[in-house]
Amino acid sequence: MSERTENVSRHKLNVRKDENKEEMVQQVITFALMILFTLIAFSMVILDISSYFIKPTLLLLAGVQVAFQLFYFMHMKNKGHFMPTIIMFGGMTIALATIITFTTIIWW
Amino acid sequence: MSHDDVLNPKHMPHDPEKATLEGKNKFVGFWMFLGGETVLFASLFGTYLALSGSTSGDNTPENLFGLELVFIMTMLLLTSSLTSVYAMYHMKNHNFKKMQLWLGVTVLLGLGFLGCEIYEFYHYIHEYGFTFRSSAFGSGFYTLVGFHGGHVLFGLFWITSLMIRNQKRGLNLYNAPKFYISSLYWHFIDVVWVFIFTVVYLLGKVG
Repeated sequence: MSERTENVSRHKLNVRKDENKEEMVQQVITFALMILFTLIAFSMVILDISSYFIKPTLLLLAGVQVAFQLFYFMHMKNKGHFMPTIIMFGGMTIALATIITFTTIIWW
Repeated sequence: MSHDDVLNPKHMPHDPEKATLEGKNKFVGFWMFLGGETVLFASLFGTYLALSGSTSGDNTPENLFGLELVFIMTMLLLTSSLTSVYAMYHMKNHNFKKMQLWLGVTVLLGLGFLGCEIYEFYHYIHEYGFTFRSSAFGSGFYTLVGFHGGHVLFGLFWITSLMIRNQKRGLNLYNAPKFYISSLYWHFIDVVWVFIFTVVYLLGKVG
């Protein structure tokens, strides 16, 4: 391999490493936010905040954490994830219908 | 170029997990599996939510659950999710040793989680007499949380066997997809746990 192509491929490798590093930084920030949301959720329950909104708030915090996990940790925000996104949203739609059915029609 | 050369190129591609057709197929196929798992866990959640009010005696969600242990378990699993992200970061930079190291840390954290869960179940059964058969709430609880625990156990076996099997081979285009989908599975376990600690434990305490 000539020196020039060697340099080009080394340059590509460095660019790639920088991209990976950037993604890693985003993932660490995501992790910090997930820990924060967990702390908020647990302290809301431990401090016994009695409010009409506590249940929806806890569910919302969980939903955001799951979105972080799927899009950042499992890379669903990246290119080439069209099929996984369709499959997961399809699964989640059925999942929601299942939960609604079980809690409202089958047992009550 | 022989098959072996294809799998062990001089310069590893950008996404080693999706560089071969087999890798691409594994990737889509595994996401389909995760879509199915979402529905499976939804039916367990639905059953639990429908039956969690059918308690017997003093063994209600409010009386049983201790949030301290659940908090520790959550931190262990959440951190193990980050360490498997680290492992995949090193995979993308083709650093096999560091990938193995972080997978090892992930396995240790997962073991810690599983230990806590076994202690929790043991505690419920022996201190409170709360078993699978004591009430419909009990059946729903042990089925849902136990099924998740089973997933953790399976994930630990999976990652550990990949680590041992490939220790001398190093990273190549044959095993990179295997490592990648095992880490997807591990993240999915954490996704399910986020809903378990919220719906079962936190909302159970709120009442």
